[in-house]
Amino acid sequence: MIIKDKTVMEDDWQVLRLAEGETAESVAVPVGKVIVPLKVWQAQRATLQARTELGVWLASDERAEELQTELDKFALIAVDFPKFADGRGYSIAYHLRARFAYQGELRAIGDVLRDQMFYMQRVGFNSYAPRADKDIQAALKGLSDFSLTYQASADEAQPLFRRVARGA
Amino acid sequence: MYRYDNFDHQITAERVAQFRDQVARRLTGELSEDEFRILRLQNGLYMQIHAYMMRIAVPYGLVSAAQMRMFAHIARKYDRGYGHFTTRQNIQFNWLKLQESPDILADLATVEMHANQTSGNCIRNITSDEFAGVAQDEIVDPRPYAEILRQWSTFHPEFGYLPRKFKFAITGAVNDRAAIAVHDIGLQAVRNVQGEVGFRVLVGGGLGRTPVIGVEINAFVPWQHIITYAESIVRVYNEYGRRDNIYKARIKILVKALGIEEFKRQVEVDWQFTKDGPCTITQAELDRVSAYFTAPAYQKLHDVDVAKAALQRDNKGYDSWYKRSVKPHKVPGYVSVVLSLKKTGIAPGDATADQMDAAAELAERYSFGELRITHMQNLVLADVKQSDLIALWEAAKKLGMATPNIGLLTDMICCPGGDFCTLANARSIPLAKAIAECFEDMDFQHDIGEIEINISGCINACGHHHVGHIGILGVDKDGEEWYQVQIGGAQGNEAALGKVIGRSFSFEQMPEVLARLLQVYVRERYDDERFIDTFRRLGIEPYKTEVYGTPVEADEELKAPDYELLQVGMPYDMPYYSPRF
Repeated sequence: MIIKDKTVMEDDWQVLRLAEGETAESVAVPVGKVIVPLKVWQAQRATLQARTELGVWLASDERAEELQTELDKFALIAVDFPKFADGRGYSIAYHLRARFAYQGELRAIGDVLRDQMFYMQRVGFNSYAPRADKDIQAALKGLSDFSLTYQASADEAQPLFRRVARGA
Repeated sequence: MYRYDNFDHQITAERVAQFRDQVARRLTGELSEDEFRILRLQNGLYMQIHAYMMRIAVPYGLVSAAQMRMFAHIARKYDRGYGHFTTRQNIQFNWLKLQESPDILADLATVEMHANQTSGNCIRNITSDEFAGVAQDEIVDPRPYAEILRQWSTFHPEFGYLPRKFKFAITGAVNDRAAIAVHDIGLQAVRNVQGEVGFRVLVGGGLGRTPVIGVEINAFVPWQHIITYAESIVRVYNEYGRRDNIYKARIKILVKALGIEEFKRQVEVDWQFTKDGPCTITQAELDRVSAYFTAPAYQKLHDVDVAKAALQRDNKGYDSWYKRSVKPHKVPGYVSVVLSLKKTGIAPGDATADQMDAAAELAERYSFGELRITHMQNLVLADVKQSDLIALWEAAKKLGMATPNIGLLTDMICCPGGDFCTLANARSIPLAKAIAECFEDMDFQHDIGEIEINISGCINACGHHHVGHIGILGVDKDGEEWYQVQIGGAQGNEAALGKVIGRSFSFEQMPEVLARLLQVYVRERYDDERFIDTFRRLGIEPYKTEVYGTPVEADEELKAPDYELLQVGMPYDMPYYSPRF
């Protein structure tokens, strides 16, 4: 189950993670809807690009720029949070949306928890795969912690002072 | 001062509700301590040796009388009747219960306050000049910009999980009283030749384990662009700052590793995407916020100090208080007054609930209902009529806040140390007390003159020991507390890092060590030369010779350190209460 566009739903995407000893060049990508690591995409681009439904995921130490010219090749882009305290994924998402105008599904995977999801939503994520041990219905509530925000981000191009008449 | 509009109120209320829910989920066990810790830290809540501690944000050090009374209320209702003002112009309460912490935030919200981002790996409360708006040497009032940056940084979605904490300081005066060179970003508001306001931006300063003086990344960023420019600095840091080693995770390490030129290049590349975009500050927004920081209704007065003239000759107590505590003001007939929280026998920066209420009362009577908290851990009444000085002095004396030691030896900066803090290697407060008792004599202190003694209980340097003229650092040697001494540090325009004089000392040796350092100064100084200037002229050697030349006797009258507190185990295996509570 995932949360997508503020709704809990079934999901049939499969995240491919390299096991010990596997390499991006040699790993066999299963058939079906697979989200492959960026390195696998880059190593096996020639065969993978024929697929109609392919996703790619970025590790937190990888850069959004690496996909800049290939954004239209994927049905889904995911960003991995190895630990919820690793905040690099927020900037990756921001770059994808605000700089490179990526319009498709952007999914948070890994150590994804309710209390970080409001910020994730703001920087441009629209789907979330919360950690399996957590109640996904409860996690949904994390998307509505605030109804107002001060700054601009991927979700809102204008800062509050340009959005409303302040001082009331 | 700034007042919340409906938007500020709503965001603050939603934050309280969010944290109340998080605390409830912690209490049921739905959230693990590991998951909850980061959430509570971003609401200023620490788990200390005895209990939970909350650090409440005082944006750029400015509080109203009503807010000060709220501190008194919190001290009485939730704590043990006192609070601790910190070097980042905030206030901490030390004896709290987790389940009451949302109520504290709700109470704070009624006076437009919060504890947002006073801890955690995020943009912390922004500090500034305690004399902002009234100082004679001010070029630009930094407070509107500090407030605009406060709002920008509050719950910034991209920067909630930085590699490490991130501190801004901002000044608009010729003399830097905000220590901007030892902050992750230091902003100095200046005017260019056309008279336009902008910021000289320093980056990568900081104390802690690796003290570094910040370097200039941009000599002039026009004020309209300060949000986007700061955002680009923090973004580059978020992406490339080290996350593999907590001790190398501050931006100063990244700036050093890349070099300032390369770091600046990356910031400028990022900035090109947002410069002149919607986050550019509008004149309307600056005007809106600036309107909250206009001058109060000053009377037209002449700068004649009747009070001083009358009392100076025959009242030594008033005279020395006046010399130390009264600061010049840009408006004739007015002064700023520092209320000392450094009375001998009291932990530096501590104030009781009664003192807070009384200080609020003084602010209402003498200073347009506002106070400032200083990074030296004192209070300031910024707008006092010179003709009110005697009455204010009499009142402050009764409250124990008129010790004439501002800028002198016993005006020490001191962190909570081993008595409260789980990080500390040694106790700070008892050492500050012992030093204060040793050198309590005011004639002696006035003779020594301006000197800053800063005490940190550990390498994290909350007591700013690196920039004290004399800096004292608590160190651990085989489970015992020892103190390393450095000299020659300074803050402000002359910012410098101190040099360690040699091997460390026991608690009982420390007063004698300080006495020897002072002896060198008294022996060698020229006329009005300050301690720090004599040190700069002589170098470290004479001080080393004096201190290490003969054995330093331990002062047997000082109580041997009480190690019991230091041996309390880490409380984190107890989820809701620390073991001693």
